Amino acid sequence: MLARLADILLFQAGFNTAVVTAGTTLLGIAAGIVGIFVVLRRRALVADAVSHGTLPGVALAFLGAVALGMEGRSLPVLLTGAAVTGVLAVLTVQWIRDNTRLPEDAAIGTVLSVFFGVGVVLLSHIQTLPGGGQAGLETFLLGAAATMNRAEAVTIAVAAIVALAAVALLHKEFAVLAFDHDWAAARGWHTRLLDLALMALLVLVVIIGLKAVGLVLVIALVIVPPATARLWCGRIGPMTLLAGAFGGIAGWAGTAASALFADLPAGAVIVLVAAGMFGASLLVAPERGAFATLLRTARQRRALAARAMHEAG
Amino acid sequence: MTPPPVTIVDSERPAPWAIAPDVPLALRGLTVAYRATPALWNVDWDAPAGAMSAIVGPNGAGKSTLLKSVLGLVPTLAGEVRVFGAPLAKARGDVAYVPQRNAVDWDFPASALDVVAMGLYGRIGWCRPVRRRHREAARARLAEVGMADLADRQIGELSGGQQQRVFIARALAQQARLVMLDEPFAGVDAATEHALVTVLRGLAATGVAVVAVHHDLATLADTFDHALLLNVRRIAAGPVSEVLTEEALQRAYGGRLAPTQLRALARAV
Repeated sequence: MLARLADILLFQAGFNTAVVTAGTTLLGIAAGIVGIFVVLRRRALVADAVSHGTLPGVALAFLGAVALGMEGRSLPVLLTGAAVTGVLAVLTVQWIRDNTRLPEDAAIGTVLSVFFGVGVVLLSHIQTLPGGGQAGLETFLLGAAATMNRAEAVTIAVAAIVALAAVALLHKEFAVLAFDHDWAAARGWHTRLLDLALMALLVLVVIIGLKAVGLVLVIALVIVPPATARLWCGRIGPMTLLAGAFGGIAGWAGTAASALFADLPAGAVIVLVAAGMFGASLLVAPERGAFATLLRTARQRRALAARAMHEAG
Repeated sequence: MTPPPVTIVDSERPAPWAIAPDVPLALRGLTVAYRATPALWNVDWDAPAGAMSAIVGPNGAGKSTLLKSVLGLVPTLAGEVRVFGAPLAKARGDVAYVPQRNAVDWDFPASALDVVAMGLYGRIGWCRPVRRRHREAARARLAEVGMADLADRQIGELSGGQQQRVFIARALAQQARLVMLDEPFAGVDAATEHALVTVLRGLAATGVAVVAVHHDLATLADTFDHALLLNVRRIAAGPVSEVLTEEALQRAYGGRLAPTQLRALARAV
């Protein structure tokens, strides 16, 4: 079994498994790197609204494709639908925030659950259709990396590379947007456009994460690796690279584990790997980790006590 | 608040298009409203070059609103803003903005040098990396505000006064001819305030127009050359000694300062 695990991790377990593992690894890297800017811009919860908002889109795209006599399970069709309602969810949150007295968190909670509810109703309806039960749409809830075919994995990999290229070009501007929005606007930057670009990248990462990780858990891939990276360093440059690395490791190791144990949902395993790295970092990270903080405080208190005794003679 | 009565525009004052390009900042009839409540009403003002100008007035007088509307962060309802004779869109490169220190999250993962380098982004250009020579330029601006030793320090580990210096160094890096600051001395101790004033005075001495929102009338005369006394409308403007009259202060702060306080302030000038 260990030999098989090593084969998967080293991309030796057959071409299909290798492609799928590479796809989810790239997904993890892109999610971690886009996630840094999403978290610093304080849009982490909006990411959750996007992911839950995709479910009605997936279902409607399936119904629409079937009605038109097309293949309902085609991933590009389903993800297009997912992107449309995911974006619609963000726009609804923004509209509620700007035009009512509800604060943003309440708006997110409302929109997230309503969109998800609509999606679940549509999904139940699809289950009753002839052939609907075999559509496999429920895999979008918790992800099914192992059942991805080669074309799907390649789609995910390409989209992840597009997201990475966009961040490589705009990271400097995203950082200013997140740190000092008003200052950027005062310079005449189109901050609204820049925010939209960041949201677009977030939507991209979320929808390509749907198939592998599932919409319930994909937000973890956007938030946990950046949170882990933050424990290790204090500068945005290294932090971004680390978040990509942590996300990549989670995607890679999580997919391998779920390929080994067919019953394990890949999304949950990927998130658990990410959470494991976060937990370990919380304890052992230098400077910001719990142990380091404890040791430092104890040392400083001892030094203080020694000085006080010295001064008291 | 009931809206003030509409005033007839004075035909004597120069039209916006006739403002000379050597006036760093000119406001004509600037009017801003949040929903249906006026925050600024028909304000005329010229900020002089090579001088320190303060925007003063009671809470809710529209001081920060004036700054933000000049910078295009808040839409104007009526009136004109000219920066060196041009509309703002054509003069963005001439203006540097120093936001209130508490407007940003200082836990942001950046060093003092990183923040100052942002002031160079206009010259570096979009999608292009920050290079060594940019970092050296940013380091030099930090040295000008006495922060050379702290360039690589995490911004969250700096004191309030040091954070304000970082913000001012970033404005220096922009090499603007008009620098606008929102409450630059809020929450810093007297020694730091003195150091910041020295930096800003040096900047003004090179011909830059420094415009700051200021709330401390007691330090106004020591720090600034010119003042715009504001309470939604313009109450008075000009050299500080001419602005701080008992009558003008009464009109701006009426009811908020005791008569003895007003007299003491006016006498202190």
